[in-house]
Amino acid sequence: MPKKVAYKAQIEHLQILDENGKLDEKLAKGTLTDKQVLALCEHIILCRHYDEIAFKLQRSGRMGTYPQNKGQEAIAATAMAVTRNDWMVPCYRENSALFLHGLPMEHILLHWMGDERGNQIPEDVNVMPISIPIGTHMLHAMGIAWAKKLQKTDHVALTYFGDGATSEGDFHEAMNFATVMKAPCVFICQNNQWAISVPREKQMASETVAQKGLAYGADCIQVDGNDVFAVYKATKDAVAKARKGEGVTLIETLTYRMGDHTTADDARRYRDSKELEAWAKRDPLLRIQKYLAAKGMWDDKKEKAAEAGAKERVAQIVKNCENIAKPSTDDIFDYTFATLPDDLRAQRDSMRTNSLSLEPGQSTLRSPEPQHA
Amino acid sequence: MANLTLVQAINLALVQEMEADERVMVLGEDVGKNGGVFRVTEGLQERFGEDRVVDTPLAESGIMGSSIGLAVGGMRPVAEIQFEGFLGPAYDQLVNHAARYRTRSRGAVTVPLTVRVPVGGGIHAPELHSDSPEAIYAHTPGLKVVMPASPYDAKGLLISAIRDPDPVIYFEPKRIYRAFREEVPEDEYTIPIGKAKVVEEGEHVTVVSWGAMVVDCLKAMDELPEDLSVELIDLRTIYPLDIDCIVESVKKTGRCVVVHEAPKTAGYGAEITAQVMEHCFLHLEAPVQRVAGFDTFMPYYKLELEYLPSVERIAEAIGACAAY
Repeated sequence: MPKKVAYKAQIEHLQILDENGKLDEKLAKGTLTDKQVLALCEHIILCRHYDEIAFKLQRSGRMGTYPQNKGQEAIAATAMAVTRNDWMVPCYRENSALFLHGLPMEHILLHWMGDERGNQIPEDVNVMPISIPIGTHMLHAMGIAWAKKLQKTDHVALTYFGDGATSEGDFHEAMNFATVMKAPCVFICQNNQWAISVPREKQMASETVAQKGLAYGADCIQVDGNDVFAVYKATKDAVAKARKGEGVTLIETLTYRMGDHTTADDARRYRDSKELEAWAKRDPLLRIQKYLAAKGMWDDKKEKAAEAGAKERVAQIVKNCENIAKPSTDDIFDYTFATLPDDLRAQRDSMRTNSLSLEPGQSTLRSPEPQHA
Repeated sequence: MANLTLVQAINLALVQEMEADERVMVLGEDVGKNGGVFRVTEGLQERFGEDRVVDTPLAESGIMGSSIGLAVGGMRPVAEIQFEGFLGPAYDQLVNHAARYRTRSRGAVTVPLTVRVPVGGGIHAPELHSDSPEAIYAHTPGLKVVMPASPYDAKGLLISAIRDPDPVIYFEPKRIYRAFREEVPEDEYTIPIGKAKVVEEGEHVTVVSWGAMVVDCLKAMDELPEDLSVELIDLRTIYPLDIDCIVESVKKTGRCVVVHEAPKTAGYGAEITAQVMEHCFLHLEAPVQRVAGFDTFMPYYKLELEYLPSVERIAEAIGACAAY
């Protein structure tokens, strides 16, 4: 028997707007309108300012650990490719997409300020709380998408994760479940080259992240993740396919984490500043500004106005977050179950766990006098 | 009324809940065409179709994680993990996600999920098919843990679990899947989660147990002298613990023996012992006794009956506690 090729595949890479702001008109056809690009430009300026302020809040002790999103804001374009009925199941470097999908901007700051109310997402916003452990939430996205299919809606779930997450078993289980169940789920890997201190080439031996989806029968594409047009087009195509029940897509967006992993990290310990400089030239914001400027739609005046607007808006958001009353200690207990069991009720009402303090009469006993030597 | 085994009672509950609520679906390894390795889900796929009774890929984390998504997305999944030993890969999804979502989202995201898991030893199964990990999950905030000991309770508890707005682990003691039959009403009924049952009333010693061990406790009681009167409590729900039922009994008897298959150290018997001490200190006539699995691994099946608390060990402990 002669040998046969059992399987053959290739991964396409898509770029529409290059780093000089030059657009491939042919590929761009039917993608973003100039109005949408302008809106994205202003939105990214807002998100970047938000990110800077969040960083400063941490540095000045007003907020806990925060993962900077800087450099990855082109992911916002995915939000323009869906409707409000569609779901986003995020990691934590997709702020720009979540905000555009309707998540009030206070929520992310509140989360990192150590307040669960940041995850208390309004009912009409189809965004799941950001997921802290790596890679586990893709299964939830797959399950939501599956539910939407069983309910005979045409709603789709988008899930976001990093390159490191594709080493986790749950990524593979989620891809496999999604393709086997034909769930309308779109997997979006923001390959930002680094998983804390581990570079992509130490994370995986595969040439691309996208090709990992081939093993599960997904459609796979790699795009320039700093190009809003490419991100938009790949998402739009994937969502359209998912909506029609025609399959799962894995999109790898090549981007770069311009900041540290989180405020608790110092990327200078493990990465070359030259790499950062090279990627800075490919900044998603720079290139859309160049694109818009060439069309006469962007100039210094517009930029200053956008920055001033962002400053004002973020200042108000910070104020809203810092002025919110501290949660009640009841909140520690009240959401453990729909109905509190007696033991939790007793702990909540007494803020004690020892039984004598819970017995009527016992807790009123005087404490023993302190013994001094 | 029909005379059913535990397996049949669970099957009946699933059928009736799937008929009553189209959001209810069953998923897991081999649960569809094959009806589950213990045939608990037999006939369901034929009746409700492949969309609602789903043979999943072989991946426990995938089953648990996708079930979370299904629940969040508005379904009422009943996931099966084929054996308790395979909860390991699903542990992260269960403990770090299913259990936490309501709290971490302050009620915005909830997970009405039932996880059915055959549990315990005594059926000559291979390695990692015979453990009793209920205490691990009772220790996890946000999870309810249920384990029926009879067909009647199995049906009512499963219906409660499926209707519960929070994740419930429903452990099925495989040793008594087909050990005996019981009258089970045809109509739907619920047994409340969090309520224990006094199986036998008695005066001298309180015995607390759950799952298959309840049956052994009853056998042990037959071995005791006739003038020794034992009150047997079947917990039915591990968490939330019906401590009131236990306390009321121990205040009457002054003596308590806890019987479970799982290892003794940090087993759920330790929790019950501590709570009995907290609530019944001045009523206690004897130290609380624990008859449990040894603090070792469950051996392969040649020695499994020596590992499990035997009728003899249980009877001896009750006798010793009564005589103290």
